[in-house]
Amino acid sequence: MELKGYSFLFGDDIDTDAIIPARYLNTSDPAELAEHVMEDADPDFANRFQAGDFIVAGKNFGCGSSREHAPIAIKAAGLSGVVAESFARIFYRNAFNMGLPIFESSEAVADIESGDELKIDMDSGQIHNLTKGRSYHTLPTPPFMKELINAGGLVPFVRKKVENGGYA
Amino acid sequence: MPMTISEKILAAHAQADQLVPGQLIEARLDFVFGNDITAPIAIDVFHKAGGKKVFDPQRVALIPDHFVPNKDIQSAQQAKILRDFAREHELPWYWEVGRMGIEHVLLPEQGLVLPGDLIIGADSHTCTYGALGAFATGVGSTDLGAAMVTGRAWFKVPESIKIIYKGQLRPHVGGKDLILYAIGQLGVDGARYKALEITGETIANLPMDDRFTISNMAIEAGAKVGIIPPDELTENYVKTRAKRPYHFYQADSDAEYQAVYEWDVSRMEPQVAKPHLPENTVPVTELADVAIDQVVIGSCTNGRIGDIRVAAQILKGKKVSPEIRCIIIPGSQEVYQTALKEGLFDIFTEAEAAISTPTCGPCLGGYMGILADGEVAVSTTNRNFLGRMGHINSEVYLASPAVAAASAITGHITHPAEVAGE
Ligand code: SF4
Repeated sequence: MELKGYSFLFGDDIDTDAIIPARYLNTSDPAELAEHVMEDADPDFANRFQAGDFIVAGKNFGCGSSREHAPIAIKAAGLSGVVAESFARIFYRNAFNMGLPIFESSEAVADIESGDELKIDMDSGQIHNLTKGRSYHTLPTPPFMKELINAGGLVPFVRKKVENGGYA
Repeated sequence: MPMTISEKILAAHAQADQLVPGQLIEARLDFVFGNDITAPIAIDVFHKAGGKKVFDPQRVALIPDHFVPNKDIQSAQQAKILRDFAREHELPWYWEVGRMGIEHVLLPEQGLVLPGDLIIGADSHTCTYGALGAFATGVGSTDLGAAMVTGRAWFKVPESIKIIYKGQLRPHVGGKDLILYAIGQLGVDGARYKALEITGETIANLPMDDRFTISNMAIEAGAKVGIIPPDELTENYVKTRAKRPYHFYQADSDAEYQAVYEWDVSRMEPQVAKPHLPENTVPVTELADVAIDQVVIGSCTNGRIGDIRVAAQILKGKKVSPEIRCIIIPGSQEVYQTALKEGLFDIFTEAEAAISTPTCGPCLGGYMGILADGEVAVSTTNRNFLGRMGHINSEVYLASPAVAAASAITGHITHPAEVAGE
């Protein structure tokens, strides 16, 4: 599985309030949430990125409130995923459970600049910086996790298995 | 490659020979559960995921403990969702008032969570079962709902931190003091993502009830789990209770740890965590002037029979200070009955303490002992966050049952030796 897009840089400790401000939590409609993604970290962000692009951030991405709306907003906005130095624990679990690919790599974060074109090979765990012609390491995404992401998250993943008689 | 206890348990459940920290695995679960706050959402997820039946009714528990006996209409509705689901799916591990207990007291007691198990619970103090040598960790309702269908969950293999306690404990010092000290040293996120392995001669000599207290509060240092290597005491505890086979895992002697801490605790005083974080730990003697309004003895941290006995020892023949409300909450019906049979309730009622049926109640500011504006409590629970036990301007000091009982007698934070006349 490969993901390709341009990078948008953010700093350390981006909390879930910056990812999707609490004032928009009166809806759980992914499309509506997507319109306000990262609004309090960069008000203009939603107008600048294109489908497939990446958020690249520092340490502790997704800290603060445990709202599942945060990974949903990023995913529904059509972003490919998040590369960060580290993720807050609950965000990390929520992201996979909502089907959002995320990657930890301090090496990548240290080198990537805003606007660099990235290609992530989830099988090998390689992040290729096409602009700079360099590659960085992240952990490969194991097959069951790719299946989970492809299904759109944990709940659809389980439902698919149940429907196919997998968890009768 | 050598492995830690956590790595061994996870490897066994993921059918892997070798695991390294950071790796993502999918693993088979031995036991899953939720409570009256988290399970209703998990049950909703179960249905959304197309669940028709649970993966194994013997390995799923629903425990109404937070607001039960029902606090109000809303909590009655929540509890009813659990009851209805348990009946519909013929789940054997569901308990009504009069039989139930706080989940983390009840499940080990019932022999449902066992050494070597991989367990998830939709409650942050699921780490309690580390005391049995199990890998047990808290998850959200989505994970629980999915796991109720599949009997599986995904994990990121954590790095491990090893804590070694050395030395013989002084009188009135026990498991609560050891873990409060550790949280004070590590800080509330000092072990974030990590598995704690808690060892040493002090632990080897520590009763199971104290070990549960230690593992229970591993999350208060941010840890995923706090595992105590299983030994003869563990064996004695589980052998008469276990509902299925279990397995003891030990770390390899050359296993790798992200950090190793070694603490000599032979001179340690009872520890108290000041408001509003469990890491604000100081020796009890530094707080002797702090006047209080309420004492709570109970919770999944200190509601076991060993804790209730300690409180009774201190309160025996004494009276709770006239200005103080002292609330004692045995953690399960078994603890309640044992305390009753041992005559401990006579001691408590003569001391003019109140005794409650098992419930989480005041621990999370639910009910049964909410604090008013400006009030101060000494509590044997595990969190003293702002407003945790009531009004936003109330304060909670976390301490052992011995310190809590002694403080109930004097009306201020007190070293147990003082009231014991030592
Ligand atoms: S006693 Fe307190 S910490 Fe323990 S499960 Fe209940 S509410 Fe949570």
